[in-house]
Amino acid sequence: MAISLTPAAAPASTPFGTREAAASEPTLLVVSEATRRFRTKRHDTLALDRVSLEVHAGEFVCLVGPSGCGKSTLLNIVAGFEPLDGGTATFDGSPIRRPGPDRTVVFQEPALFPWLTVRSNVEFGLRIQGASKQERHDRASELLEVVNLTRFERAFVHELSGGMKQRAQLARALAVSPRMLLMDEPFAALDAQTRDVLQLELQQVAARSGATVLFVTHNVREAAILGDRVVVMTPGPGRVHSEVAVALSRPRQPDDHGVADLAAEIRARLGGAGVADAEVAP
Amino acid sequence: MTRAAGGRVLRVVAFYAGLLVLWQVVVVLELWSPLLFPSPERVWAAFERNLSNGLLVEGILGSMQRLAIGYALSFFIGAALGLLNGTQRWADETIGTLVMGLQSLPSITWLPMAVLWFGLSDTAIIFVTLMGSVWSIALSVRDGLRNLPPILLRAAGTFGANTYQTYRYVLIPGMLPALAGGLKQGWTFAWRSLMAGELLFVTIGLGHLLNIGRELNNISMVFSVMLVIIVVGVAVDRLLFGRLEAWVSERWGFAHA
Ligand SMILES: Nc1ncnc2c1ncn2[C@@H]1O[C@H](COP(=O)(O)OP(=O)(O)O)[C@@H](O)[C@H]1O
Ligand SMILES: [Mg+2]
Repeated sequence: MAISLTPAAAPASTPFGTREAAASEPTLLVVSEATRRFRTKRHDTLALDRVSLEVHAGEFVCLVGPSGCGKSTLLNIVAGFEPLDGGTATFDGSPIRRPGPDRTVVFQEPALFPWLTVRSNVEFGLRIQGASKQERHDRASELLEVVNLTRFERAFVHELSGGMKQRAQLARALAVSPRMLLMDEPFAALDAQTRDVLQLELQQVAARSGATVLFVTHNVREAAILGDRVVVMTPGPGRVHSEVAVALSRPRQPDDHGVADLAAEIRARLGGAGVADAEVAP
Repeated sequence: MTRAAGGRVLRVVAFYAGLLVLWQVVVVLELWSPLLFPSPERVWAAFERNLSNGLLVEGILGSMQRLAIGYALSFFIGAALGLLNGTQRWADETIGTLVMGLQSLPSITWLPMAVLWFGLSDTAIIFVTLMGSVWSIALSVRDGLRNLPPILLRAAGTFGANTYQTYRYVLIPGMLPALAGGLKQGWTFAWRSLMAGELLFVTIGLGHLLNIGRELNNISMVFSVMLVIIVVGVAVDRLLFGRLEAWVSERWGFAHA
């Protein structure tokens, strides 16, 4: 289902209700036995070792694991930035060959265009698609509203705080109504308070829009807060360890008991897999 | 005007007034012969004379015209070369090294070649001006493109930008701060090359006026023309490039200006 923010597209339940596990929805992304190897002069890294993953339309899937376990590599393959060395990755039935507006990315790094205002950044994808000025304007206004940046639409990127930059990236990625939103540790560089706020906002936006999201994080609690399903990865070589379906009601807060229990469960799984506690954020 | 800005203006005025006084003192002490070191008053008189007889205006216009042609050519050629070297590895490995080499060559060394090719003409001076500035513009555009964060290209890719759109909406705007820096540096080199070129020729221009002053043994005229050259240089730098820099720092933030 394409992301649209019109009320009609929102799930019948309240924006904050639990989203039903989307198993009945069509499978949007199928990664099968994906292998990716990086060879440099000194290292030969098996970043992904026969990793399989499915994401259904409307699902919010979190990929969690310590740094170096291949999360970004997997996300970059889905985004179309990187090739596979083995296995397959298909999106909506066709092999992924290149990046495209059906799978837009929110990056951890500052990835807004510094020469554009916030509004022009949000309009960027629509401009690429050749949307009319009116269309661009209306759609950007809508998204700016959603991420609470209307007041800053004319600001340049360097005038924004870290949290606002990530909100603007989110609006930019959503503006083209992607079929899947790819997020690579988008909140990792933010202070704890801002991160809490953005996690809450992202849940609301995802619920309202019915967005399908693949969200990468090394923060176990963040995965527990955001995911309908959490995929636990382990490093050396990068593999999927296990999956957890999350049935907690939304919106979830960082100190909900359910969230804390789930985070502990994920941490235990990582510990059992030999991943030291220090490598994943609590 | 704010108080701080007022204070700044006052300081600058005081500095130049002090310099003028110092100059006058040196003249009054007669450390050097007045034929070698003129008084401010005589330099001013020479300035007024050359202004009223039209020589100065003509000289400024002549120099500016050559500069405009040479600099405009530098801009287009330099930007094109920079774009090529900044985006194509093969070009950077070949043309890029040549550009680097030519950049280190003092532009006036092109003059003998220019004279053989184009004769003692305006074209020869314009050629030297072009050689003075084109390489630094090409290098800054190239560096601007190379230093563009690759994540921005990924961002463009994720929205499905094709090659043309990537150039138009990402590469070209992304390299503008570097281009602005290169244009400023290129202008300085062009201006210097132009003056050097004009000194060696009989043609209408500020450099040539300096030469006339020397031939007439008129030190006041030499002083006054040199001052005009400084003032023109500073004025263009401030008015044109000052504005460009302000624009860049508004958009990109001071850190990148
Ligand atoms: N371009 C690359 N060249 C060499 N090694 C790489 C490259 N990209 C990733 N790797 C290696 O692959 C492994 C997985 O990296 P990555 O996917 O970035 O992990 P994560 O995002 O989970 O921290 C790491 O060991 C990393 O060093
Ligand atoms: Mg990563």
